Amino acid sequence: MTTRLRVLDDGAWISVDDSREVRVSELWRLDAPDLCECALTDLVVENFQSVGVDGSTVEVQVYGQCIACGEAGTTGWVPVGRVRGGEFAELARSAVRSSRARPPRQHVPDR
Amino acid sequence: MVTDVENWKSEVYGNEIRDRLFEFAEAGFDSIPDDERDAWFERFKWWGLYHQRNGQEGYFMMRIGTPNGVLEPGQLRVVGEIADEYARGPGTNPIFGDAYADFTTRQSIQLHWIELSDVPAIFEKLEEHDLSTQQACGDSWRNIVGNPVAGKDGQEVIDAWPVIRELNETFKGNDDHANLPRKWKVSVTGSADGSGQGDINDLAFEPAYKTAGGDGAPRGSEAGDAVGFNVRVGGGLARNEPRLARDIDVWVPPERVPDVAGGLSALFRDHGDREDRYNARVKFLVDEWGAAEVRETLQEEYVDFELQTAGRDVREEYTYNAGEGERNDLIGVHDQKDGRNFVGLNVLVGRMGADDVLELADLAAEYGSGEVRLSQRQNVIVTDVPDDALDEFLDEPLLEHYSPDPSPFMRGSVACTGTEFCSLSIVETKNRQVRFARWLKANVELPDDVDEFHVHLSGCTASCAQPQIADVSLRGMKTRKDGDPVEALDVGLGGGLGEDPQFARWVTQRVPVDEVPGAIANLVERFAAERDAGESFRAFVARHDDDELDAFVDPKETDYEDPMMHNTKRTWYPYAEDDGMEDAPSPPADD
Ligand code: HEM
Ligand code: SF4
Ligand SMILES: [Zn+2]
Repeated sequence: MTTRLRVLDDGAWISVDDSREVRVSELWRLDAPDLCECALTDLVVENFQSVGVDGSTVEVQVYGQCIACGEAGTTGWVPVGRVRGGEFAELARSAVRSSRARPPRQHVPDR
Repeated sequence: MVTDVENWKSEVYGNEIRDRLFEFAEAGFDSIPDDERDAWFERFKWWGLYHQRNGQEGYFMMRIGTPNGVLEPGQLRVVGEIADEYARGPGTNPIFGDAYADFTTRQSIQLHWIELSDVPAIFEKLEEHDLSTQQACGDSWRNIVGNPVAGKDGQEVIDAWPVIRELNETFKGNDDHANLPRKWKVSVTGSADGSGQGDINDLAFEPAYKTAGGDGAPRGSEAGDAVGFNVRVGGGLARNEPRLARDIDVWVPPERVPDVAGGLSALFRDHGDREDRYNARVKFLVDEWGAAEVRETLQEEYVDFELQTAGRDVREEYTYNAGEGERNDLIGVHDQKDGRNFVGLNVLVGRMGADDVLELADLAAEYGSGEVRLSQRQNVIVTDVPDDALDEFLDEPLLEHYSPDPSPFMRGSVACTGTEFCSLSIVETKNRQVRFARWLKANVELPDDVDEFHVHLSGCTASCAQPQIADVSLRGMKTRKDGDPVEALDVGLGGGLGEDPQFARWVTQRVPVDEVPGAIANLVERFAAERDAGESFRAFVARHDDDELDAFVDPKETDYEDPMMHNTKRTWYPYAEDDGMEDAPSPPADD
């Protein structure tokens, strides 16, 4: 089954199967050496750039800023949740996520 | 590959959306098929309806586009009545109450908590009174802005109001220009004060003289020169990529403005980026092409007459939002050219309760002609007040609250929508700016000769409050305070328009919101102590480097308390008693 994924409203939302699921303005803990030098990036999520899915894992690239060091930029691909049995479940907000350069199998740079 | 948004637009967009919108309104919000919601919400924007953020499912923000901010006699009353009847939702704002209207930085009006089922009735009432939401949002010609008192202003070079009206009539609902790659913001200004803020629009017409006899002819007296407009293209503030509109070296007489504006809009339609919405605004096309190529393409492909080169502008006279000089805003009593007066009233952060809107509409009819106008500083102007009615008007109790002579901290405040309703927001904004302004007024002393101090607060980098062109720019961020995430603001300084516009420099990052008033107090204290005689705040900032300024800002806690430090975006409504998402109301039942 294909999952419909979109970045909407100027990067405010990730829509999964036509439902607005993941939003900006959260703080994410990231393992993202590509973005900043902090051991853990403390990222303010400002604008989604692109979204994709690898197997059941929905991944995004996001523009934001690390509030620990001030570095701003676009992350690599970061998981935000999973689609299981047609339902999307967002990762726990406290989860540490890792950003990787390799894009997921299907992705759309869409907004 | 074009985006989903572009695909939806190519299926249904523009005027035809209206019938479907009405069908959904008739059948109820739930009749929008789940798998078409994203598409329809995107399309509804073209008719001025923007779905509010999560937790507010089924409620819409409605934007009414009032060209140049002009509300003809009777129209303000209609807006007040609609706000009173329809802009009520499950949330009550602790400062502004249950029903209110927002006057915006682009001279429009926004109402909140609008239910889809009410849209046909609202449209009918608006249209009966020549008001409209058409193209107020979405990828098309947006509300045209300018000097709000065009046609009346004693300081006018040329009356831009007929030009704006003609552009509005030509390009609203015009299928050739209905589907652009992105929003298209136009400013037409005829006064010499710069109050149309052309520099931050996609397309700007600014007053300029052209010597009769064409280029090379000796400069005549102003009286003998033709008056028209110079053209600039590609300004905008959004997304950490602020640009000033660029001079394309074109002067147009008023009667040619629609041709040139239509040519440039068509150029944007055909050449703008439809594959990447972040790169779609015309400012990026101008970056890529340069002003000369824009001019050349316009001349060769989009107009059928010889363009003239730029005329002599009046930019050195610009004062609006310029940091010093007279008329930084249009507050207070000013002369009209017909001998009557216009009176600018301060509407703090642009929001006015529906009752007050109705009362103001009555006062405008009683003392003036009934007309009011909206400025780009979120304020309202009552026009056509004769000298002999002035004193009595100024004594009206309503004007104690909407003052023609407010504190600099009140009149300088501009704030966007923020977490109350907006999906992109990172922090609470309007109520916070009200709290800031009140605290600053009570606790901070500006030097006696300084009567302007603009503080603009935007909840994110979209920059709806135009933070980059303020003395103090505030932009939503997060930080940790004692380990806990709290709302924070980046602080920028020294922005403004005028002859040489300047964007603020972001000197201090991530100040916890409760320390911002203290930071501004410290900054003003240093300014007062160290300024040269008569120096404006903007000039003071200009002669210091970022590190010096960062040291002046010096955040600190004061007796200012901020009740909205937590993540207000995780609430369904920040001011609700039970504010958690689990307490969010269900979409409004259809009635
Ligand atoms: C639900 C609330 C709102 C949302 C979701 C919203 C969305 C946006 C977005 C996404 C942008 C960036 C535009 C771009 O990249 O082209 C923007 C910019 C802007 N908006 Fe809003 N907006 C909202 C409310 C307002 C209000 C209340 C005003 C006042 C009229 C306003 C006026 C502006 C202005 C002046 C800009 C300037 C940016 C530029 O010049 O590029 N918006 N808005
Ligand atoms: S600046 Fe950001 S938070 Fe404020 S209204 Fe615009 S989009 Fe929303
Ligand atoms: Zn970091």
